[in-house]
Amino acid sequence: MNLKALFASLLCGALFGSGLVVSGMTDPLKVQGFLDITGNWQPALMWVMGGAVMVTAICFPWVLKRQQPVLTYRFHLPGVAPVDRRLLIGSGLFGIGWGLSGYCPGPALVTAATNTAEAMIFIPAMLAGFWVAGKFCGECQPKVTGTD
Amino acid sequence: MSDFFDAYALTGGLLIGLSATLLLLLNGRIAGISGICANLLSFSFSGKNIRGAVFLLAMIVAGGITDQLMGDAVAAPRESFPVWLLALSGFLVGVGTRQANGCTSGHGVCGLGRRSWRSLMATLCFMTTGILTVLVLRIAGVLV
Repeated sequence: MNLKALFASLLCGALFGSGLVVSGMTDPLKVQGFLDITGNWQPALMWVMGGAVMVTAICFPWVLKRQQPVLTYRFHLPGVAPVDRRLLIGSGLFGIGWGLSGYCPGPALVTAATNTAEAMIFIPAMLAGFWVAGKFCGECQPKVTGTD
Repeated sequence: MSDFFDAYALTGGLLIGLSATLLLLLNGRIAGISGICANLLSFSFSGKNIRGAVFLLAMIVAGGITDQLMGDAVAAPRESFPVWLLALSGFLVGVGTRQANGCTSGHGVCGLGRRSWRSLMATLCFMTTGILTVLVLRIAGVLV
């Protein structure tokens, strides 16, 4: 057991969860407010995504110049694959679900600590969705045509 | 301007970006919540899954603690939202993210950072259907 990597996961998970709450993304009404462009539009999600992508866009290329990660043997990245029907239909369905409640997977899991009444319904339904998709489309891995 | 700029949202976003960067730098993994969570359903106790479970647990616990610490700065839990809508929503989020192999974190935060073409298409796709869905909710009178 790689204890350092386990601790790194703990640290990253904690940072991620705090970030979600600080950003306001665990409030589903704020998320729906962002998607509500014809109503009372709320920009919060734009700042969250903007801030997060700014960091990853600057740091990821720099990190990936390394031969290997600091604590494990190799980088696990999705290979290069074409945009296919599965990606578009899946993302489309996800967007519908996301808009219906204002939850995507991260904030939905955090509701286990902040809104148990909704977590008790949403999380099992989401797990059922994972299971059904896994059952009917295998691992759902796209056809990889190359590596990064 | 005060209504437009949201320092909490930007700070939270930077924390999320930092978390994703550290996970890639230290463990070589993409911080994609749907993927990490769905992989746990295999019930295999691989190092990958144990680290994934620890990541998610830490996320939930730290989220809960932060929520407590922030007090009135965070919104009160939503109440009396229709249960069938929550269940349908959860199911669609589960099926969709698994089919698309990623959600807001994997495709949105990490994929865009890697300049992945698939992730950009996925993000545009779920943003579009999300906006349309909220529009329908608004017309149906679910959102007020």
